[in-house]
Amino acid sequence: MKPGQFTYHAPRELGEALELLQEFGDEAKVLAGGQSLMPMLNFRLARVDHLVDINRLGGRLGEPRFDAGTITIPALVRQRQLERSEETARVLPVLTEALRQVAHPQIRNRGTICGSLAHADPAAELPSVLSVLDATFTLVSARGTRTVAAADFFLFHLTTVLEPDEILLEVSVRRPPPNQFSAFREFATRRGDFALAGVAALCEVDGDGVVTECRIAAAGVAPVPQRLRAVEGLVTGSRLGETSASEIADAARAEVEPTSDIHASATYRSRLTGVLVNRALVDIRTKQEAAHA
Amino acid sequence: MTTMIGTSVPRREDERLLTGRGRYLDDLDLPDALAAAFLRSSNAHARILQIDLSAARELPGVIAVFSGADLAEIQKPLAPKVLHPQLKDFPRLPMPPGELHYVGEPVAVVIAETRYIAEDALELIDVDYEVLPAVASTAAALEPGGPLAHSDAESNVAVLLTQSAGNTAEALRTAPNRLSEEFFVMRGGGHSMEPRAVAARYEPATGQLTIWDTTQSPHYARQQLSVIYEMAEDDIRVIAPPDVGGGFGPKAQFYGEEVVIPWVAKKLRRPVKWVEDRQENFVSAMMERSQTHRIEVGFDDDGMLLAVKDVIEHDQGAYCAGLQVPSITTATVPGPYRIPNIEIELRACYTNMVPTSSVRGAGRPQAVFAMERMMDRVAEHLGLDPAEVRFRNLIQADEFPYKVGITFRDGSPLTYDSGDFPRLLEGTLDRLGYAEARAEQAKLRAEGRYIGIGIAAYVEGCGLGPYEGAKVRLTNTGRVLVTLAAAGQGQGYETVYAQIASDGLGIDMDHIDVLTGDTSRIPFGQGTFASRITATAGPAVLDAAQQMRVRLVDTAANLLGCDPAEITFTGDRASLNGDLEKSLSLLEIARVANIGKHGITLPVGISAGLETSSYFAPERAAYASGAHAAMVEVDPETGGIEILKYVIGHDCGNVINPKLVDGQVLGGFAHGLGNAMYEEAAYDAEGQPQATSYLDYSLVSAAEVPTVELFHIHSPSPLNPLGVKGAGEGGTIPAPATIANAVEDALRPLGARVNRAPVTPARIVEAIHGDEQALAEVRGS
Amino acid sequence: MPDVDTGHRITGTVNGAAYDEVVDDRMTLADFLREKLRLTGTHLGCEHGVCGACTVIVDGAASRSCLMLAVQADGTEIETVEVLAEDGELNRLQAAFKKNHALQCGFCTSGFLMSVTAAMREGAIRDEGHAREVLSGNICRCTGYTGLVKAVLEAGE
Repeated sequence: MKPGQFTYHAPRELGEALELLQEFGDEAKVLAGGQSLMPMLNFRLARVDHLVDINRLGGRLGEPRFDAGTITIPALVRQRQLERSEETARVLPVLTEALRQVAHPQIRNRGTICGSLAHADPAAELPSVLSVLDATFTLVSARGTRTVAAADFFLFHLTTVLEPDEILLEVSVRRPPPNQFSAFREFATRRGDFALAGVAALCEVDGDGVVTECRIAAAGVAPVPQRLRAVEGLVTGSRLGETSASEIADAARAEVEPTSDIHASATYRSRLTGVLVNRALVDIRTKQEAAHA
Repeated sequence: MTTMIGTSVPRREDERLLTGRGRYLDDLDLPDALAAAFLRSSNAHARILQIDLSAARELPGVIAVFSGADLAEIQKPLAPKVLHPQLKDFPRLPMPPGELHYVGEPVAVVIAETRYIAEDALELIDVDYEVLPAVASTAAALEPGGPLAHSDAESNVAVLLTQSAGNTAEALRTAPNRLSEEFFVMRGGGHSMEPRAVAARYEPATGQLTIWDTTQSPHYARQQLSVIYEMAEDDIRVIAPPDVGGGFGPKAQFYGEEVVIPWVAKKLRRPVKWVEDRQENFVSAMMERSQTHRIEVGFDDDGMLLAVKDVIEHDQGAYCAGLQVPSITTATVPGPYRIPNIEIELRACYTNMVPTSSVRGAGRPQAVFAMERMMDRVAEHLGLDPAEVRFRNLIQADEFPYKVGITFRDGSPLTYDSGDFPRLLEGTLDRLGYAEARAEQAKLRAEGRYIGIGIAAYVEGCGLGPYEGAKVRLTNTGRVLVTLAAAGQGQGYETVYAQIASDGLGIDMDHIDVLTGDTSRIPFGQGTFASRITATAGPAVLDAAQQMRVRLVDTAANLLGCDPAEITFTGDRASLNGDLEKSLSLLEIARVANIGKHGITLPVGISAGLETSSYFAPERAAYASGAHAAMVEVDPETGGIEILKYVIGHDCGNVINPKLVDGQVLGGFAHGLGNAMYEEAAYDAEGQPQATSYLDYSLVSAAEVPTVELFHIHSPSPLNPLGVKGAGEGGTIPAPATIANAVEDALRPLGARVNRAPVTPARIVEAIHGDEQALAEVRGS
Repeated sequence: MPDVDTGHRITGTVNGAAYDEVVDDRMTLADFLREKLRLTGTHLGCEHGVCGACTVIVDGAASRSCLMLAVQADGTEIETVEVLAEDGELNRLQAAFKKNHALQCGFCTSGFLMSVTAAMREGAIRDEGHAREVLSGNICRCTGYTGLVKAVLEAGE
């Protein structure tokens, strides 16, 4: 389980990194935290001729920015760094909740937020969370910079809109309003494993407790983080708890198309999605009630 | 001096292991060693039509590449361990040049300057396969007219055997109650944290091969190599390194890689090292467990067992590494219960999956699963408490030796030597708080929560023959050296056997060293497997040490001019009744009796050469026993299982080092929990392995293993002078049955059945929804 | 034998000792520690980041050395199991491992020690649940974790 041959590059400037990616295109791969890429290289499931290590691109890319209107997570912010950030726990608690369930601390110490998003494993936690946060993905290449909405970023299992010469420079979300409540629920066979299914959910409620905005995304049940629009529709416009759990579960199950594998059948996964959606909504309701108590 | 046997002496091994100074095979300094990597079959069943090694051979850094055909001289069958006259055996060749029978079977070997380059070269080997139909389950194997695992076979049957006592057919026919069920236990692996490894160096000057091997059985490996290489046993030295990172059964087997690597080292006149990586381990280290049991039980209205019939389909995998596992299974089905009529039918068959052999538990967890699941069904059928049904059927403490009526794997009539099954079960239930737990279950059930209680009892044949040995020698530096043939993989041999020797010698442990697992240091041995070493090597060490005491005392008495009865040991000094003015150190004794004075006559009465040896051959297997009980809560929506309480009652006779015995049992339990809830070595219908990384094959971590309350009772074995039995597998054996019983008990209001191990969340939910109506009713009530 | 036409010079410290070595592009940090520096206390159990046997501390953070390249360690401070003993004596954590029989074959032990060492620097180990969480990123096949949990609670209080 030793990686095949490649040429290692450690650019010190973003421009240099982008030039390398432009030069080598398909033959190059970006190395960030390496917690997904390195196993694939060790198994020789992934082959690269050029590995462009962006870890030395400097401190600016390693610090999250909490601005007045937006929160920005640049390419080199480690999962554990954000998990342990009090600011994150305060303004984006759903991200903190989800990060705690990503693998183990030793993996999160090196793994980056952006790396997990760019890897786009549909069973991973972060893509679904950033989906409900309606994140904006900033992609940069020597050709220029573009921004992509979360809904458009993920294309398929392990596939995103990133071109071979592009880096996911940062991901940003709007600072949530005070009436926003969120939750992340997943169920995994074993601690730290990929989830059999996961659900990220977020609601904004008005003064009467009526949901004015709802975004729910499921992990592990589709080739991309799956927004559950029908469930969102059911929840929006009424108070949490008013719609019956079985109606919500049925709607959730109808919206996902999981596949069967050695761990669980498709039927189980879609049932589980319904269960987790309801549990996430109960969490949200609990938080909302606590906030108004 | 205090007695060392029975004391929790801290381990001698720990200091080096905690400071990173362990010496595992890959840590050994082997200057100029080349790295090896194997190309492995990517098909479950295929024939090699052509193999092109030229591009691999041309890669810079590659020293040599061999296909199986290039090493025709060593393509001889690796013999099955336990045979039967009716076994239909197919030769398992080290690296077959023709037909291949499982994904992972060695096809070619690359020898290169580094493992990185060796793996590069593997990608350059071009093999043209004729893909043949594959068999990927025992059901497919036994399907008439289905594909054949070996294309020259008439059928996939390895052996059909029946063991019986009484008249089972008649007893079943006339029984007031009969229940039958089909159970399946899944394949799993050993997963020692250190995979397998072999290194070898050939000495042209002496014609000798030195082989370092992570094997549990160095003498067994040497014997096999001696036959295949046609070399004298003394010219092959097999060393299990001082530290081996776990065994659990798969390392007790003998593999093609162990034949290929030393031979290539000899051919190339260069040291060669192969360290299996985890990817290889998943597809080439032997596995175990997959069995289907169709069991039928006849019983009276009081729940007394009248007859048990079990038809077992056993998956041998691609080759028969021996019938040890299925024969242990057949003998373990009756367990601790009185069963007047019993019939056990074994159908062992070949499939195109990794060959199977012992993995911690070795055929027993499956038998206990079938029997203990049925004990719960009997109780359910009669509306009795499952603990009560068990108590009624248990063999009583005054019935030993108890003859079951069938034969054990070692060839002897299945006879339990000692034990107290009722006391074990009682103690286990007391510690669980059984009555309170049942009350709690009823209360929470009314609140819509699914609490279950599971119980399983078992017996474990252990301490198997034929023999194990030990040598004790006073070295020329005045230390006592105990040499065992057995090789350890973390059991603490250096500590445990120093404890036993210390008691045998009456000399403090500080002056005793223990060496293990090197065929050049002791001529005969068998190996570490089947929880056998304490009960075989233990008595051998004790006897050799006692003999040595006599020799030391006689020598000292002679030199001090006193009666041997007057000699006592203080530290490393033998003295006249403790008088250190009249004493000799062990070194001084060695100088006289071992080193001697060149050309000078020994003092009168001194016997030269202070060395003793002993081989202990048990009359038959000793029987350890135990009972497990669990209280769980099942989330019927996710299928998640939370273990609320777990109790283990264990009886392995006398114990040498209680702390290490606890460690064995608790470690075994974690493995059993893996088999109960997590580990599945799944294959698809074409025989392609589906779980080949730890992302797909879940080993339990500290987060999954609950706190366990463990207690022991001690029923000494009359079969060896230490009264000991094996302890390495008891934690594993009943865990799948206990968890499955608890889960089905939790789901009883829903009528969900648990007929398979592991029981996973997905299967629990499916079992529940097999009866949607029931769920709706319970919710509504 | 080095790979064709490459090789990176890297410098840094391991266990406080400076090194200056040339490594291939693709050599993992684990192989670098084991093969080049002969610090064989760091073990390889799975090489895909799950078992944790290869865990070392890189610039203060517990990391899988099988999932880092040696060249990435350039300029870092690395700690391995070999650094833990103090003046030839087992440190508090190691002694707690020994006392509580937290190891059997010992192959996974170095990784556990390094993971727990890093966790203890972040703060006290609060209770059994916390101890189990801290241990959950490493796999042990021998002990069933009972001794490990006790050792961590004892050393981490």
